[in-house]
Amino acid sequence: MRSGHHDFVDEFRPTSRACWIVAISILFWLPVRGEAQSSSDAINDVLPRVVKIYGAGGLRNLEAYGTGFLVSPEGHIATVWSHVLDNFAVTVVLNDGRRFEASVLGFEPQLDLAVLKLDEENLELPYFDVNNSITAGPGSFVLGFSNMFNVAAGDEPVSVIHGVIAAKTELITRRGTYESPYDGEVYIVDAATNNSGAAGGVLTTRDGQLLGMIGKELRNAGSNTWVNYAVPIQELGHAIEQIISGQFDNEPTEDPATSEDSLQVSPLNFGLVLIPDVINRTPAYIEAVLPKSPAARAGIQPDDLVLFVNDELVDSCRSFRQELSRLELGDELRLVLRRGEQLITVELPIEQQANVP
Amino acid sequence: MNAYSKLTSANAFVRPLRRDIGLMLISVVVGLSASARAVAVDPAVVAAEQRRVEVVSKASEAVVAIFGSTAQGGGSGVLISKDGYALSNFHVTSSAGDFMKCGLNDGVLYDAVIVGIDPTGDVALLKLLGRDDFPHATFGDSDNVEIGDWVYAMGNPFLLATDFQPTVTYGIVSGVHRYQYPAGTFLEYTDCIQVDASINPGNSGGPLFNAVGELVGINGRGSFEKRGRVNSGAGYAISINQIKNFSDHLRSGRVVDHATLGATVSSRSDGAVIVDNILEEAEVFRRGLREGDELVSFAGRTIRSVNQFKNILGIYPKGWKLPLVYRRGDERREIFVRLRALHRESEMNPRMMGAPIPGEPRERPRRRDNPDRDDGDQEEQPQPVPDSPRESSEDTPEKYQHMLEVRSGYANAYFNKVELDRTMSGLSRLGDFRQFTGTWRLRGSGTGLGVAASEGFELTVSESGIGLEWGARLFVQPLDGSELLDEPPGTGGLLLAISHLQKMLVLGKTGFTEYFYLGSEPLDGHGARVDVIVTELEGVNSFWYFQKDSGAFVGFDTTLGENADRCEVRFGEFRTIDGRMFPVNWMIRHADDTVAVFAIQELEMLAAGTGS
Repeated sequence: MRSGHHDFVDEFRPTSRACWIVAISILFWLPVRGEAQSSSDAINDVLPRVVKIYGAGGLRNLEAYGTGFLVSPEGHIATVWSHVLDNFAVTVVLNDGRRFEASVLGFEPQLDLAVLKLDEENLELPYFDVNNSITAGPGSFVLGFSNMFNVAAGDEPVSVIHGVIAAKTELITRRGTYESPYDGEVYIVDAATNNSGAAGGVLTTRDGQLLGMIGKELRNAGSNTWVNYAVPIQELGHAIEQIISGQFDNEPTEDPATSEDSLQVSPLNFGLVLIPDVINRTPAYIEAVLPKSPAARAGIQPDDLVLFVNDELVDSCRSFRQELSRLELGDELRLVLRRGEQLITVELPIEQQANVP
Repeated sequence: MNAYSKLTSANAFVRPLRRDIGLMLISVVVGLSASARAVAVDPAVVAAEQRRVEVVSKASEAVVAIFGSTAQGGGSGVLISKDGYALSNFHVTSSAGDFMKCGLNDGVLYDAVIVGIDPTGDVALLKLLGRDDFPHATFGDSDNVEIGDWVYAMGNPFLLATDFQPTVTYGIVSGVHRYQYPAGTFLEYTDCIQVDASINPGNSGGPLFNAVGELVGINGRGSFEKRGRVNSGAGYAISINQIKNFSDHLRSGRVVDHATLGATVSSRSDGAVIVDNILEEAEVFRRGLREGDELVSFAGRTIRSVNQFKNILGIYPKGWKLPLVYRRGDERREIFVRLRALHRESEMNPRMMGAPIPGEPRERPRRRDNPDRDDGDQEEQPQPVPDSPRESSEDTPEKYQHMLEVRSGYANAYFNKVELDRTMSGLSRLGDFRQFTGTWRLRGSGTGLGVAASEGFELTVSESGIGLEWGARLFVQPLDGSELLDEPPGTGGLLLAISHLQKMLVLGKTGFTEYFYLGSEPLDGHGARVDVIVTELEGVNSFWYFQKDSGAFVGFDTTLGENADRCEVRFGEFRTIDGRMFPVNWMIRHADDTVAVFAIQELEMLAAGTGS
């Protein structure tokens, strides 16, 4: 994937891009806190917002349990879109042991996200405000909450583990033989957050603020090692809101187990690695070009800035991804790049099975 | 640059960000004075680090690296007394042999011998030999452990420590009062502590310390699923409070059993825990519990789930008496119940238990070159690592051979003698009764058994039988081989109990067919801890109680059968009679009721052959 190890000083060039990164990294810099204090207040604050979910499964390696978190006082619950929800009706057990039936209100396979609603009215539950969320950078102390291994039952609280954000980067994984549908940014954690049944749990800061949702068990596509990660809540908040407000397509378009097969073109399909998407409008700079990839053959280089995709202006990593995701087999892909003071136009083929090596 | 390159190489999935981490570091350094060579660190951080270093340094002294004497097996342990008693897991010692080699962080390898085992709780007690001044851990209170607390797990994962310096992993408590299902009926983890500190094969039996270095648990298993048999972020430690309940039982050298209530429970849809099945011969049935009753609390802890009930039940040895509160309709009742054995005697043979647990394949941690293989193993114990790299020494020093006595029902019967001798000193302190093998007469006055006012009695204990004349009434228990009776009726066999007391005082061990130290328990379920000696004669068991701190003889129970309520005799004041201490205030209890109170004024004891 990477040609070798670079001394970063060599790469530290006073380009506009580097200055820009220094600026945002100061904004996002959070000191590593070394003081080993118990976080019990924060933990006790988060636990009532996390729920245990029981649904379909139970076969070998397909657990029938999962985790979710409350996103409204009325009993809306965000969790991962998985086989546990196949029946569309599941049992949810709150932290205080109360047990409710719940239905799938809607889901967004692209984000591996589903929203449930407890079949009960007039609830006043503690919840996470998904709009009032924060981000954290590498080195930040984090807590993971989930019902991993189904250890907790009834009113027993879910498991809490601690770790440090190792990186905030794109998720390039495989699950079984499939690639994950979600290829956006994730927090990579140095603790074993993503275990059986942990998906749908939460990653929080030391003081209990929501950072992201723990994802399914996935392996890194390159190294085949298990990845411990969480999807930043900023990636999910909008879809959660839309599902709750009913503005979202409620019908399953395809079986969730096979949706991962569909054509989803991402920068990596062409061998393009973007810089980390750390703010709302991160410019679409190319971080790296995989050797022998279509992008390499087309002559794209690191530090190129993507300006246009098929004549559509691209103002961020996110809009670049969105443009790519609209492509279909047979389409053409024409990029206009800025390299130094030059504008360069390249054309790339769209191939089926365009997977990373 | 070092830390930076380590970060990238250790995290293969951390891809493009590396440069930007570097840039961030630069940006921070730029923010500081250019001449500042070291980053200013908050003094609180330095102090916290210093505290950790001190705690680890002190705690490490008590951590034991266990190796099987035949180079088979191994694991970890922790010293708990200066004379060398150490805790470990049963699943470590069962494959390590009766004599083991134990390394401490002073670099010395000590001989050790098995003492007692608790196969259900997966606990073993061993004794390191050769010193009387071992460093040892101090007990914490595991009921005070909370989610989020910092903990240290120490031990010898993967048998890495060739110099016996323990490996330290640091993490937080992920859950408390966890329940982990047994393999069959053994290796059940109840009320255990879940941690995210790394627990790996070889950590088994090692200590879990709290932030101040007190021993709060014994690390024993982890949730090992599809990632090979290595840490998955969920390790489980047996709570030290459970082990405190069993520690004297373990010192007895016996194979220790856990308990059952004699009733099974299930949870109703509203969360209430309901009795759905009950054994009619169980004590809890005799105390009044019935199917359909709702359990409210057990051993002083509120019950809100079946797991909680199992958690509470699992931390007590068989035979302990515990308070149980239940509800029937609007009525709330509180009873004391003595727990039944979980296993039959025949199931508790240690020589049968060293074998691998059915359905629990014992294998090495999966090799890293085949990470793709998923076998879906559930909830495995960290296995003792086979094939110790250490040279084996099958020869146990001759001078320690006498410290192992193999007998059915015992891990090592040698240590039962040690505890018996210690406890029996509470009896010999009363004086020498050995010459009085003849008839005894006790005169005094008593109330009870329907007699309201105090009435005089005379109790005669002879070889042919026991008689009690009490006011106008006469009760007799012949000792000619005829049936053993509940005499006086409603006492559970007081006359028989008194004949056993005479045998205990006069004949000691030789008066009974079985005679062993059991362990300790809270007297009657609510009193101070007492050491317990068990005797058996003609199928009748008696239980003798000696206060733990003072060694004082405080009473005894006699039972006419396993499923009969005991006759419980508790002593108040002792008085010196002819140079011997004798209990003169007796309270007689049966089936949770005080049935009689005796005050003894005269004691007449005859030597053998001097007739009645």
